[in-house]
Order: sequence, then C-alpha cells, then structure tokens
Amino acid sequence: MTKCLILSMEEWAEKKNKKKIVVEKIHLKIGEFTCVEPISLINTFNAAVLGSWLESSKINIETIPFEGKCSKCNRLYFPKKENGYKSPCCNFNLEEIISGRELKIASIDFKEK
Amino acid sequence: MHLPISDKIELNILHQNSHQAEKNKVKFNNYNLLCLNIMSSPGAGKTRLLEITLEDLSKKFHSAVLEGDMTTNLDAARLEKLNIPVVPITTGRACHLDANMVSGGLKLLEKKINPDSLDILLVENVGNLVCPAEFEIGEHFKVALLSITEGEDKPLKYPIMFREADLILITKVDLLPHLNFDINELKSNIASTNPKADVIEISSITKSGFDLWQDWISKKILKFKNI
Repeated sequence: MTKCLILSMEEWAEKKNKKKIVVEKIHLKIGEFTCVEPISLINTFNAAVLGSWLESSKINIETIPFEGKCSKCNRLYFPKKENGYKSPCCNFNLEEIISGRELKIASIDFKEK
Repeated sequence: MHLPISDKIELNILHQNSHQAEKNKVKFNNYNLLCLNIMSSPGAGKTRLLEITLEDLSKKFHSAVLEGDMTTNLDAARLEKLNIPVVPITTGRACHLDANMVSGGLKLLEKKINPDSLDILLVENVGNLVCPAEFEIGEHFKVALLSITEGEDKPLKYPIMFREADLILITKVDLLPHLNFDINELKSNIASTNPKADVIEISSITKSGFDLWQDWISKKILKFKNI
C-alpha cells in the first residue's frame, strides 16, 4: 500500500514538475473497513521516503467510519465485529456498506520552490 | 518559496493497480478467457484444490494457471505435472499478487500458448488473508478458501477477504469428526460478513463437494462464453 501511495505521488508530481515543488503534507482518507492500519502506513511511508524527494512530507490521515445500512429497516449503523457486523436494529446481515472502504489521497499541500 | 497550495485530488491510492487490472480484464475478455482469483491463508489447500480440479476440468475445458508464490516454484512444479500451461510468479517480498505481476504472467503465458485457445485461467494468489483482498488483478470472480482448522471466527477477523469473495470454499471438511468445530457457526459468520457469497464445503481427501465446485466453474465458463 505504501508503494502504491508513493507511485501515486510520483505520478501526481510529474504533472506538476517535480523538481519545482516541495510536498508538505499528504491528506489521506482511509476507511475503517480496509486492510490498512493508519499508523503502520505512516511509519512505512516515513521509512520508504528517506533520502527521496518526499522525505520532508508528512502524512495526515482522516479515518472514515465503517457504516452499513440495515436492509430491513434502512437505518444506518456502525457494524461491529463482536456483533458479527449485523444491524443492531433488526439483527440483519451486513448487505450494504455506506462508507469505510475508502483508500484515497484527498489532497496534497505543496509549495513551489 | 511561495505560500502553500492545497491540491484537492480525491485520488484512489490503488488507482494505478486498478487501471492495470482493468487492462488485464480487457485482455481476458478479448481472449474470451474467464479468470478466477484463488485466495486463502497459507496451507488452506489452494494448490491441492487446483490439482484435483484440473484433473477433471481439463477434460472439458482448456485451462491454464498463474501460480503466485513469495519464494520457490514448488507449487508451480506440482501443477506442471498435469500437462497444462503453468506460469510461476515469484513475488519476492510482496505478500500478494498485483495487477502488474499478473500482466507480466499473462505475457509469459502468451509465449507458451495462444490464450485464444483457453477457456479458464486460474490465478493462485499468495497465501494471505489480508492484502490480496484489496488488490484487483482483473479477475472475473474471486474465490476464497477457508480450512476448518483455521477456526470459525476467521470471516469476522479477516472480513474484507470474505466480503470480497464471490465463492467461499470451506476446505478440509473430512476433518470435521476429529475437531471441535462448529460449521454452522462458520457459515453464520460468513453470511453476516457476506450474505451474497456462494458457499461450498469441500474435501480434497474424500473429494466431497468437488462436483458442486466443478459445476460452479462450468456454469461460470459457459455463461461467460454465452454458450
């Protein structure tokens, strides 16, 4: 995932003329229902970019809550592993996911040299 | 230095992989080739499943395998004995196949055989219940294996893998009489994570369930090819 993030940053920077910019902060939106642990992503990113053009860049992660919709009564709820992800209102299985699958670069703060 | 600028891009981190996966899928479609992504934890029985499956499947359909492994070609060597085209993909330190690796594997396969002559491509992913679930490879369907020795709770502990799967194969069910294992609890946990998935119980020892699995594959191939 860290490699994918860096490749995405490389692709973005090529369009901006990489040599003329300094990235200060990368704002990510990471859903709770993904295979990404935010602190691990920050740590691996910091290690991976040492000595590169992204060395001074910081990561900011906004965690997007895992939210489902009960297919019986249409109420929104936060699925929990302890409850088998079922809706607390009707005890229905998790069918529709409203949010929590996000893996996004929301925005990038940068300066021109 | 100028003042900082904020560029709001809202870009999927995995977009490069997704883009390559789409290109792979276009290629599979052009070849009229159904692609299954086979995933599980290490030791759930993916390679043994393929060995048994391909013995019968190869009588009806032309098949090939892309065999993902972190190190060694041991699994690929097992499958090559079935006289079908097999391309090993050694991922090195990576714990999953990505769309680029599968694209490379497909290019090597094209050197061995014209994929136009194939009906199905089975991609055995690296044994891992986490990362393979997030990385599309261009597959038409995802198949997840879960052996009963892993415990009933795995669909809740690794929900994304089981949420993403189109079919879940519960393997090693011949061991049920010897284990304190509640298969109904496992099925309930699968249903709560992914109520839409097909589920088949299977054993590579007794061969139970293989008729259902082979039937599932055959129907998918025939539907894909509009036969």
